Amino acid sequence: MNFSGLIHDFGPLTVTGLTQGAIIALFALGYTLVYGVLRLINFAHSEVFLLGTYGCLEMWGLFGLDENSATPSTIAVIGLLVLGLVVAIAASGVTALVVELVAYRPLRRRNAPPLAFLITAIGASLAISESTGVITHRQNKGVPSLIVQKSVFSIGNMHVTNLQLLIITMALVMMFVLDRFINRSRLGRGIRAVAQSPDSAALMGVNKSRVISLVFLLGGLMAGVAAVMYVLKIGTTRFDSGTLLGIQAFSAAVLGGIGNLRGALLGGLLLGLVENYAAEVFGSQWLNAAAFVLLVLTLLVRPTGLLGESLGRARA
Amino acid sequence: MTATTTAPPEPTKSGFRANGGVRGWFADLPGVARWAFLLLFAVLAYLLPYVGNIPGIGPQIITTGIDWPSALFDMSYFVLLALGLNVVVGFAGLLDLGYVGFFAVGAYSVALLTSPDSILHTKWAWLASVPVGLAVSMVAGLILGWPTLRLRGDYLAIVTLGFAEIIRIVATSTDTLRGDRGFTGVPHPPGSGGGKPIFGVADATPYFWLGLSVIILVILGVRNLDRSRVGRSWLAIREDEEAAEIMGVRTIKYKLWAFAIGAFIGGLGGVMFAGEQGFVNSDTFVLQFSILVLAGVVMGGAGNITGAILGGALVSYIPDRLRGISDPLFHTDLYGFRFAIFGVVIIVIMIFRPQGLIPSRRRAMELRDREKEVAPIE
Repeated sequence: MNFSGLIHDFGPLTVTGLTQGAIIALFALGYTLVYGVLRLINFAHSEVFLLGTYGCLEMWGLFGLDENSATPSTIAVIGLLVLGLVVAIAASGVTALVVELVAYRPLRRRNAPPLAFLITAIGASLAISESTGVITHRQNKGVPSLIVQKSVFSIGNMHVTNLQLLIITMALVMMFVLDRFINRSRLGRGIRAVAQSPDSAALMGVNKSRVISLVFLLGGLMAGVAAVMYVLKIGTTRFDSGTLLGIQAFSAAVLGGIGNLRGALLGGLLLGLVENYAAEVFGSQWLNAAAFVLLVLTLLVRPTGLLGESLGRARA
Repeated sequence: MTATTTAPPEPTKSGFRANGGVRGWFADLPGVARWAFLLLFAVLAYLLPYVGNIPGIGPQIITTGIDWPSALFDMSYFVLLALGLNVVVGFAGLLDLGYVGFFAVGAYSVALLTSPDSILHTKWAWLASVPVGLAVSMVAGLILGWPTLRLRGDYLAIVTLGFAEIIRIVATSTDTLRGDRGFTGVPHPPGSGGGKPIFGVADATPYFWLGLSVIILVILGVRNLDRSRVGRSWLAIREDEEAAEIMGVRTIKYKLWAFAIGAFIGGLGGVMFAGEQGFVNSDTFVLQFSILVLAGVVMGGAGNITGAILGGALVSYIPDRLRGISDPLFHTDLYGFRFAIFGVVIIVIMIFRPQGLIPSRRRAMELRDREKEVAPIE
């Protein structure tokens, strides 16, 4: 128990919590989008994220960068970041689409029971993360130091670094764009229609399977961005990074109200904050336990999460 | 009017069970013959440790490189867990992603009571700690179930997942449960023959027989429960909870029953595991374990006892069997790829048999209805 530490370091803990939370929130969007439309816990989403982290690292590796190389010039860094983002997004997006095509679409065609989807999702997740594990010999892969962390501004003892600022801004921008897309665009209207009632939407001329592919793709894009932010922040990735962070991201989605985009943001940020506070008070080994306790307590009071489900219909 | 109405065809003796196939044939057999068959299967199961001695096919079945009786024992507790999870997921339709939590509770209860490393210093015999372990597991099921069973479907799934993770984190991070140092010296089950203890360290065959006996008892219990008032209530809850509630089924009560019985069987697996290994630490109780068992239950056919047995056995057998086979591409042992291959196997099985390998009859019929119901637009 270290409450004085919490009070003393409240500012810094809040910033690190928000940074962690922003990554979790971006990751959680994939769960929430797919769940909102298909009522399916897409377990393989953690591997969508995982391949995103490897995608950008391999990209940077092509330029001869590894964890030991010196930081390139500012312009080169910006170029590398953009390239990394593009490759990570592509890797994650393609993975998400392939998983949908291989593991879910055949089942949907047969109108399989929901549990069957869950199990193929687990199968896909196992297959991808374990193959990655074997290929990378289950070793950590280091990340080149692209961004030298330095404090941009500070309030009291709270120093906000350039990296933290970048991650939080990036997450908020992505969230905003996605929210506008779902709520304003024609494709977004299709997604909302399928989420509300797949059959009626199909009768109204919405191409259901295209909407479903789109949803997986959007989730993949967000996971790709989250993956780049993650490797920049943590500085390493491993075959099980996706699964470990995925549990937190899924919790965040449920916490905010799964199927609800703003809920994912709220849940992610809240989870990041609580984890950081709890790690300070109880010790870092209790970080995940705190997340789950928060989740269980919230669900007992609000059984459909903080903001409830809004992308789709209320659950029976 | 009544005279013109043709009487509906007499339903067959055993109702919906007897609609063709091997199971229909089996259900139509006289009772004595059915029991004789089951007895034969049980005897064959007891002879499994010697299957490697059959010339020709024997060596193909057993896994090379590891002790076959140990592999069989591993299989036996996977089957046991699959049977328990089948009660929760298959019968009552409650999605539980944290089943390993109860397994852990059972194993740790035994370890705390018996191991010399424990802070309790009780050093009980294994058998004495078993009832306590089972009771604690059951209570854990009730404690988890009571507040959370108001949640539906996927929310319940994440809460159970959280429960198992919390148990694992507590086991990893507290000094009382000793983290990955673990408890050593957990005693083996009692009994001796010819001056030597039956349950030794060298030969795992007696443990497999013990596990098999426990499995048979559990099968009998679970099968009777499924056919009782409790089982019918589970069925009603699984199909439509609101309708069940309106018809007077006390849903919370029966869901709690399912959780407690599932937890009991999970705990049973845990105490056996502790008794065989003699060592309990936090590395065993990872999330993947729950996921594997769940995959076994659904793959075998949720809601069907035979299916759960097959699924549980496959989940343990397939990854092990890949040991010692070299792959043509990388020329490494396929054992490294075991879970990757297993993931692909799961996907393939579910695509071709979404209802599971040996589905429950009722579920298979439901699925057929679903397939007719809506032609999905692709």
